[in-house]
Amino acid sequence: MKYELQLKNIKEGFRKDVERLSQQKISNCYQCGKCSAGCPVAYAMEYPPTMAMRMIQLGMHDRLMSANTSWFCVSCETCTTRCPREIDIAKVMDTLKIMAQAGKYKLSDNEIPIFDWIFLKSIELTGKIYEIGMIGAYNMLSLNPFKDVFPMGVKMILKGKISFIPHLIYNPIEMIKNIRMFKRIKKKDRERIYEKNA
Amino acid sequence: MARIGVFVCHCGTNIAGVVDVTRVAKYAETLPGVRISVDYKYMCSDPGQNTIIDAVKKYNLDRIVVAACSPRMHEGTFRKTIERAGLNPYLMEMANIREHVSWVHSDDKELATQKAMKVMEMAVAKVRRSEALSKMFASIEKRALVIGGGIAGIQAALDIAGAGYKVVLVEKEPSIGGRMAQLDKTFPTLDCSACILTPKMVAVSQDPNITLMTYAEVVEVCGYVGQFDVKIKQKAKSVNSKCIGCGVCVTKCPNRKSLSEFNEKLAPRKAIYTPFPQAVPNVPVIDRETCTFFKTGKCKICEKVCPTGAIEYTQQDEIIKEKFGAVVVATGFNIYDHSNYGEYGYGEIKDVISSLQFERLINSSGPTDGHVVRPSDHKEVKNVVFIQCVGSRDESKHRPYCSRVCCMYTAKQAMLLKDHYPETQSYVFYIDIRSAGKNYEEFVQKAQNDYGVVYLRGRVSKIYERGDKLIVKGADTLSGAQVEVEADMVVLANGLEPKANAKELAQLFHMSYDQYGFYNELHPKLAPVETAISGVFVAGCCISPKDIPDTVAQASATAAKVCALFSKEKLEVEPLIANVNQLTCSGCETCYNVCPYSAIEMEDKEVRRGDMRHVAKVLESVCKGCGACVGSCYCKAVDLKGFSDRQVMNQIETATTELSTND
Repeated sequence: MKYELQLKNIKEGFRKDVERLSQQKISNCYQCGKCSAGCPVAYAMEYPPTMAMRMIQLGMHDRLMSANTSWFCVSCETCTTRCPREIDIAKVMDTLKIMAQAGKYKLSDNEIPIFDWIFLKSIELTGKIYEIGMIGAYNMLSLNPFKDVFPMGVKMILKGKISFIPHLIYNPIEMIKNIRMFKRIKKKDRERIYEKNA
Repeated sequence: MARIGVFVCHCGTNIAGVVDVTRVAKYAETLPGVRISVDYKYMCSDPGQNTIIDAVKKYNLDRIVVAACSPRMHEGTFRKTIERAGLNPYLMEMANIREHVSWVHSDDKELATQKAMKVMEMAVAKVRRSEALSKMFASIEKRALVIGGGIAGIQAALDIAGAGYKVVLVEKEPSIGGRMAQLDKTFPTLDCSACILTPKMVAVSQDPNITLMTYAEVVEVCGYVGQFDVKIKQKAKSVNSKCIGCGVCVTKCPNRKSLSEFNEKLAPRKAIYTPFPQAVPNVPVIDRETCTFFKTGKCKICEKVCPTGAIEYTQQDEIIKEKFGAVVVATGFNIYDHSNYGEYGYGEIKDVISSLQFERLINSSGPTDGHVVRPSDHKEVKNVVFIQCVGSRDESKHRPYCSRVCCMYTAKQAMLLKDHYPETQSYVFYIDIRSAGKNYEEFVQKAQNDYGVVYLRGRVSKIYERGDKLIVKGADTLSGAQVEVEADMVVLANGLEPKANAKELAQLFHMSYDQYGFYNELHPKLAPVETAISGVFVAGCCISPKDIPDTVAQASATAAKVCALFSKEKLEVEPLIANVNQLTCSGCETCYNVCPYSAIEMEDKEVRRGDMRHVAKVLESVCKGCGACVGSCYCKAVDLKGFSDRQVMNQIETATTELSTND
């Protein structure tokens, strides 16, 4: 499919944002491909890490952020260890995810961000993982409501492995602390991401 | 009162772009003793120099200050200028307002201008106390020392000897030839390395002007251009000059415990050995580390079989003192040790070999007689993977530079393999192909098109063993695909790095080197074979990685420089040296001890009538004017001509006073 580079994107914005937030110098990348060569999940990615780095360099945020590349990264850090230009590629992938969640750039339309979001929401609200709520919400949002319900879900409920009542933090002070912590981190991330480029 | 002229240079916009030069020139006029102050676009140009000469005559000036670039750049130029104007050349001072001001303070023009004024004022303060000095001459020892017997050293020695001067060629290994002798074929013409090198090696051994010292090292250097005193350690060969090179001792030696350095540790070698059959000189040496006799006191087989009685176990290391006028350093390179690469097996996987090992394998006089077999099980190979940029362009391994020759030799090796075994398939993993040179790009294209070598653009991430195969995990970034190659052998294109002891040798000569240990040339473009130490020249891969044609060209260039030096009868030396006032010298010998050039001598002298004293004296031809003695003298008896205490104190006083702002 045809894609034209936006010259204004090359000059500003996306690359600087990623470089600032990840504190990595993406322009160092000389496209040797060692990260893609060693990546255990590159076969499933739309764009391998090397191409992701190039897309950041050229400011192709629309393509990169809507791809599954950063969401499929498992943070094994093979790429980081072997990068001859000393770029922490796993951290860059994390940064891309954070930026997507914060909503500054278009979010990928695959399910992983939804799962990540629900997972964190569950911890924010209950302090622990609330399995049934999480699975339910994920199934609803990913438009696949009966995924894993029969027979596994039913069996687990009958055996008491998962319950409908969430396990909460019993100390109310700790609970409040937990919620505040989430607020604080969210605010910080937001500030960091939307901060004007210096 | 001195009559000083100040000349401020714009250097195009180099200085004038930052510093307000007219203000500097105007400020100079307000300084005591300054008769005229001029600014001009290019002071070093012919009209610029003529301005100075005219001003000297018109205003009867006797001291000159040129506020321009670094004295390293143009001090010589302006000294000659004022000499032409009839002044003593040492009555000129340079105020460096380019490197020290405009280039480093381009962000604040006002402060830069003030600093330029100050720097110029300091030069005026210093020049006021300058004294006329006369040039000195030193004799030249017309013999050259060449360190390193690789192709660079051989070429330099042959060229210097060809011009009729005596040369001593010092080589650390038992034979000359160096890295080039290890190679099989050379790119891009694929001519046999040994065939073009050995005639030169023989020429060295037969040239009456060349003294060959193999198995020897330079251990100490003092002196200066024209007069280097060098101590060379001749390691004990344990074989004397009676040897005829028949090689019986090598065949009969029962000790095969050590690995051959020449064959890159692919084959064992005897304790008494010549590195390779065409060695020059063809005299074996005994490796005392491994020799059974030197370890246990028993054996002596080589002595028994030697037909001429040349074996001499009692030989000792010998220090030989020689005098030289000039030195050529051509110490060459090592290849990067790939055991630092964990992902390529830490050098533990036997079938992952270095490029030089491959050269030995495919060489018909190599350990396998030219059969390319796996070092682990001696099976023939089918699929071979070549990986480029191992220890080059890799910041994480502290080797960010490009080693320049690997792209070419990898293509060469892949082609040679196909020539020897047409059924093999080669894969080359590369990042970029750098084939700048005559016929180089065509050569690489030939490998891809005619020889069917598969070039994959990407670095390999991991090599591991599966059964008796090697699995190479790479990627092709052009298609975005991951690749896994099942290979029989992997050849790494190891980058080039300086010799392990290159830094120590540089320290002997006080040469400067970069963070990797490559020697710094005096100027990367305009003085590529000179070093900051006059009389010491460099050639070949000890400066930076380069191929054989460039190395040979550089070696010949050093020879030209040496011959130019030797063509003079006397050598002009700077008179900026130390001077002892023997009347105030207390004879404490501190300066004698601190002098790095041994230029101070203690003597018993009658300094006044009836006053015999132990005092210091400067050997004028040896002193380099470093000033260590001046700083160490307790009674201020030593002074440096051109940098006297009074001059420097004047400068400091000026530097510490406020800028007078009445302009």
